[in-house]
Amino acid sequence: MTLNPITDSNSLKDISYEIRKDILRMLAEAGSGHTGGSLGLADVFTCLYFSAMNHQPENPSWEQRDRLILSIGHVAPVLYATLAHAGYFPKEELKTLRQLGSRLQGHPGRDHGLPGLELSAGSLGQGLSVAVGMALAAKLNRQTHRIYCILGDGELQEGSVWEAAMSAAHHHLDNIIAIVDRNQLQIDGKNSDVMEIEPLADKWKSFGWIVTECDGNNHSEVLDAINFCKKQENKPQLILAHTIMGKGVKEIENDYHWHGKVPSKQQAEDFILHLTK
Amino acid sequence: METYINKGNKSTKVGFGEGVFLAATNLDEVVVLGADITASVGLDVFAKNFPHRFFSLGIAEQNCVGVAAGLALSGKIPVFSTYGVFAALRTADHIRISVCYNNLHVIIGGAHAGISVGPDGATHQALEDIAVMRVMPNMTVISPCDATQTALLTKRAIENLKGPVYIRFGREPVPDFTSEDQEIEIGKGQELCSGNDITLIATGHLVWEAIEAARHLREQGIHARVINLHTIKPIDAEIIIKAAKETRRIVTLEEHQIHAGFGSAVAEIVVQNHPVKMKMIGIEDRFGESGKPEELMHKFKLTGDEIFYTVSRFLHDNL
Repeated sequence: MTLNPITDSNSLKDISYEIRKDILRMLAEAGSGHTGGSLGLADVFTCLYFSAMNHQPENPSWEQRDRLILSIGHVAPVLYATLAHAGYFPKEELKTLRQLGSRLQGHPGRDHGLPGLELSAGSLGQGLSVAVGMALAAKLNRQTHRIYCILGDGELQEGSVWEAAMSAAHHHLDNIIAIVDRNQLQIDGKNSDVMEIEPLADKWKSFGWIVTECDGNNHSEVLDAINFCKKQENKPQLILAHTIMGKGVKEIENDYHWHGKVPSKQQAEDFILHLTK
Repeated sequence: METYINKGNKSTKVGFGEGVFLAATNLDEVVVLGADITASVGLDVFAKNFPHRFFSLGIAEQNCVGVAAGLALSGKIPVFSTYGVFAALRTADHIRISVCYNNLHVIIGGAHAGISVGPDGATHQALEDIAVMRVMPNMTVISPCDATQTALLTKRAIENLKGPVYIRFGREPVPDFTSEDQEIEIGKGQELCSGNDITLIATGHLVWEAIEAARHLREQGIHARVINLHTIKPIDAEIIIKAAKETRRIVTLEEHQIHAGFGSAVAEIVVQNHPVKMKMIGIEDRFGESGKPEELMHKFKLTGDEIFYTVSRFLHDNL
């Protein structure tokens, strides 16, 4: 059975809240990992897996499923937590993140057999190409499922992303929805200080994509953006999802130092106590 | 001594194109990605016959590799080919993660392999691709000796293997001497000439030159064994160890850097199992250059005659 899509914002908020709690606890337990981006994307992932995507958690290799390609493998915790909440594997397993023998590798690795994981990834600038390949295959097979691809904004500094962008438009792959996690931050600081990527919307438009923007931490805006994309034809679509790195934990929001830092176990519980919905 | 007849010179890239075409005729899943040099890598026949399964992706090799991964994840068997310098080296990290870490059945054709590419010069002569491809986990590395064998192994690799495959081939027409119905198995070397005085282990175009060298050696009363290792990974350890034990000296031949390349792969087996004196013939830590293919083969001492002299000296020094 396909999950019944949830469209009520409050229900989606509740799910995102639970996912954030799990992200904080699993990262604290692991002792290393990427907190900021994982928290920032919790709302987008909730919208995808609990509303927008057509998928069957009990049948992960269902041929007609929508695929999600996570190009920024370092935010694996948000993917893992969301998959567990959607029912792909027991939530208990989240505690094994980054441990020896775990199916939850530091960056996603399919060789460890985690259900629901579409791609081993972690080297930036590769995911959109894989999405293009999947979209071409779907067209060739006359299948109607969609390929979602999550990109980071810093990742757009990789030249190969633009090779992929060009090819998606050239082949009229309207079955791709790419979502850029536009939090404006990367490890060394602000994108604009490290390497300017603006004008982003114009860049993608000039590469032949349909571009829309939304508050990536507002469920109804995210769903509206996805629904807008689903109506488009002949061109791939891109959502610039403006998010807040570290969203939900006031103390760390918009602080790029939290890109690759994790809370202690005590700190994680303190953060959870004050976690905002 | 066993004799081999050249049926006529033919480029191994043509063999690659034939192998892909034959596999594609059998299997609807086979798709080809074009990187702007489709005819130059022998894939124009496929493109003409199966236009709906041919995707032009332009001069963007990194993207080609990722797209191939996506197609393979969706049940297709993608073939991506460009010059080996780009196919294997420019794309190395994309091959490592998107293809090899995901363990996907993607066929990567490395064209213009070796110094025999000729006048294009150093930028286009792939001399480091074996080293980089064979170090990748899950990768199979194939380097056939002539056009007939390239077609056979390409077809078989597409149809029978599971994971990533790198197939290396050249540009220049070279002697086509193996038979259509030859006994061949991926991962198993072929003993082409018997002998117990020394073993010449060659790959790619240099297999023919090794046979030529063995013929000269025979005239001097030296019986050289010649082995064609068309599969560099997984390597046929058995045939190498047997040669080390029975002939006590091994010479390797490759159109590639001797460091970390084919000779090194053979040496890894020899030193761990039955150490014997070895000589590695190939490119010695330098870039290639422009020239006619035959001029370059002579300059880099890779012709049958030159190999004969090098092997004779090696035997003289290591009696």
